[in-house]
Amino acid sequence: MVADAPKTFQLDMSQWQGSLDELRGLVSERAMTGETMLLNMGPHHPSTHGVLRLLLELDGEEIVSCLPDVGYLHTGIEKNIESKSYEKAVTLTDRMDYLSPMSNNMVFCLAVEKLVDLDVPERAQVIRVICLELSRIASHLVWLGTHAIDMGAMSVFLYAFRERELILDMFEMLSGQRMMGSYFRPGGVWRDLRPEFLPALRHFLDIMPGRIADYERLLTNNPIWIDRTQGVGIIEPDVALAWGVSGASLRASGVNWDIRKAMPYSGYEAYEFNVPLGEHGDVYDRYMVRIEEMRQSLRIIEQAIKRLDTAKGGFRSDNRKFVPPPRTELGQSMEAVIHHFKLWTEGFSAPDKEVYVSIESPRGEIGCYLHGTGGNKPRRVHFKTPSFMHIQAIPVMAEGHMIADLVAIIGSVDIVLGDCDR
Amino acid sequence: MSIAPAIDPVEAVKKAFSTAVLDVDYFRDETTIIIDPAQLPAIIRFLRDTVGLIYNYLSDISAVDYWDEEGSYEDRLGRFGVSYHIYSMLYNRRLRVKVFLPEENPTVPTITSIFPAANWLEREIFDMMGITFSGHPNMKRILMPSDWDGHPHRRDYPLGYETIQFSFNIEEIMKHKPFAKE
Repeated sequence: MVADAPKTFQLDMSQWQGSLDELRGLVSERAMTGETMLLNMGPHHPSTHGVLRLLLELDGEEIVSCLPDVGYLHTGIEKNIESKSYEKAVTLTDRMDYLSPMSNNMVFCLAVEKLVDLDVPERAQVIRVICLELSRIASHLVWLGTHAIDMGAMSVFLYAFRERELILDMFEMLSGQRMMGSYFRPGGVWRDLRPEFLPALRHFLDIMPGRIADYERLLTNNPIWIDRTQGVGIIEPDVALAWGVSGASLRASGVNWDIRKAMPYSGYEAYEFNVPLGEHGDVYDRYMVRIEEMRQSLRIIEQAIKRLDTAKGGFRSDNRKFVPPPRTELGQSMEAVIHHFKLWTEGFSAPDKEVYVSIESPRGEIGCYLHGTGGNKPRRVHFKTPSFMHIQAIPVMAEGHMIADLVAIIGSVDIVLGDCDR
Repeated sequence: MSIAPAIDPVEAVKKAFSTAVLDVDYFRDETTIIIDPAQLPAIIRFLRDTVGLIYNYLSDISAVDYWDEEGSYEDRLGRFGVSYHIYSMLYNRRLRVKVFLPEENPTVPTITSIFPAANWLEREIFDMMGITFSGHPNMKRILMPSDWDGHPHRRDYPLGYETIQFSFNIEEIMKHKPFAKE
C-alpha cells in the first residue's frame, strides 16, 4: 500500500476579520506584503517572565522590529490607593513588584513621610536599610536563577532559590510573611527586630560570599555563557538615558547613577559601598554588575548591623499624630486611646500638595508621585516603575538580533510584570 | 575639564520664555514651574539643552485630576494637571514642570521627540486620564483593554465593586453576573 502524499498546509484566512492596518507605522512596510513574518511571543511564554506579549517582526530568525504589549497584569493598585488611608495603602504597594516588596513599601512610605513632614528615627532607618539590601539580594537571586535557566543553565536556578529561601525566612521573622510583609510603615517599621533575626542574618552573611562565588564559578568564565551574552543587546549610554533606563541596566552601560549615592535616603550616605559599572552595556555586563551589587549589599548589611547598637530612637517615630501608640500605653493614657482610635478609624491628613520621591530598587529607579487632598486619602498616587521603562526599551536592544538573543535580553534587564502593569 | 556652574531653572525659563511661566511653587525642597501647555516642548528642550541646566533624564510623567463633588478644581488653572519630573545627572537635582489642562478636550503637545521614554508614559496618561498628547506616534491605550469605556483614573470614575452573595440572594446576584458565552 502506498502512503498518502503529505498534505500541504493551507491556512484558511476566509474567516479572519482583522487587519494589519493598525500596525502600519509600527512595523516595517515589508510586513504588510508578507515579506517578513509577524509572530506572537507570549503572553504565556516561560522566558517573558510573566505575562508580557511581544509582537515580533521576523526576517528569517532575525528580529526586524519588536512591539511589546503590556497590561495583562494591570490590577488598578493606584486607583485603589485613592480610596484608602495612607497607612492602609502600604499593603497594596507590596503587590506591585512582587520580587522586592520592601522597595515599594519604602518609596511609598518615603513619599508619605515627605508629604506630611514626618521624621524617622535612626534605628528605623538602619532596619530599613538592612531589609532593603536583603530584598535587593533576594530579587537579584531570582533574576540570576531565571536568567540562567532561560539560557539553559539549570543548576544556578536551584542554588539561587535555595539562598533566597534564607532571606524569605528572615522576612518571615520580621513581619510574619515571607513575601508581602508590609513591614515598612509611614514613620518607621511595623515592629522591632525579633531576637532570632540577627543570628539568622549573621549566618546568612557568613555563607553568602561563598555562594556568590559558586554562581560565578558556574557562569562567569563559562564559554557557553560568554557566547550567549557578550555583545548581545548592547545599549549605548546616551540611548539608555533617553529611553529612561535606570538601575543596574543603566550602570552596565557605564553611566554612574545610583540614587543611593546621588540622593541618599534613609541614611545611605553613612555607608561605604562601591557602585559597580559596566563598559559595553551588553547582557554580560548587566550580569556582572548585578553579581557585584550583591556583594556590595552584603557590605552594607555588615555596616548596618554595627550601626544598630549605636543608632538612636525606636523602631518607629514617636509622633503620635501619624504613628499609633504601642498597645502598652492604651491601658494607661486617655490620649493614647484617642490617637489609637483616630488613626485606625480615619487615619491622618496630608496637605493638598504634591511630592515626588524615588529610590534605587533592585530593578532601577522606582518613583512615587503622591498628591494629597488635605484629607485622609490621597488624590493621586503614581508609581514610576523601572520595569515599565525597561520593557519600553527592549525593542531598542533587540533589533537585529535572533529570537534566542531576545530571550537573553529580556532576562538581562530584569523585568517584573507586576511592577510594569501595577 | 570644568563644569559650567548651575543656574536657577526658574529664572532661566522666565528669561527665555517671558509669557510661558504662570506660577512657581516651592514645597519640601521641590520646585514646580507651572507653564503654558502650548510651549511645553520648547521649554523641556530648553531645560535639557541649556548650559547650566542639562535636565537630561525624564524620570516620570504623572497626571492628576482635581475633580471632586464640590467642584473644587474651579479655583485652579484647569481640571487636570500633568507633571513632568525631570532630573539633571550633572547637577544632581530634580525639577517638576507642570501644566494645567481644561476639562473639555484636554490636549498637550507630546515630548516624545525630546525624550523617547515619554512614549509609554504619555500613553498611560491617555489611557488612565483621557488626556490626549498631540503629535504622539501611537496614541493608544496601553494598560487597559483597547475596547475599554472611560478613563479609570478620573476622579468621577467609580471604583466599582462586586455585590457579596449571601445564601438568601445568591440566585438574584448570579443572574446579573457576566459570564463567558458558550
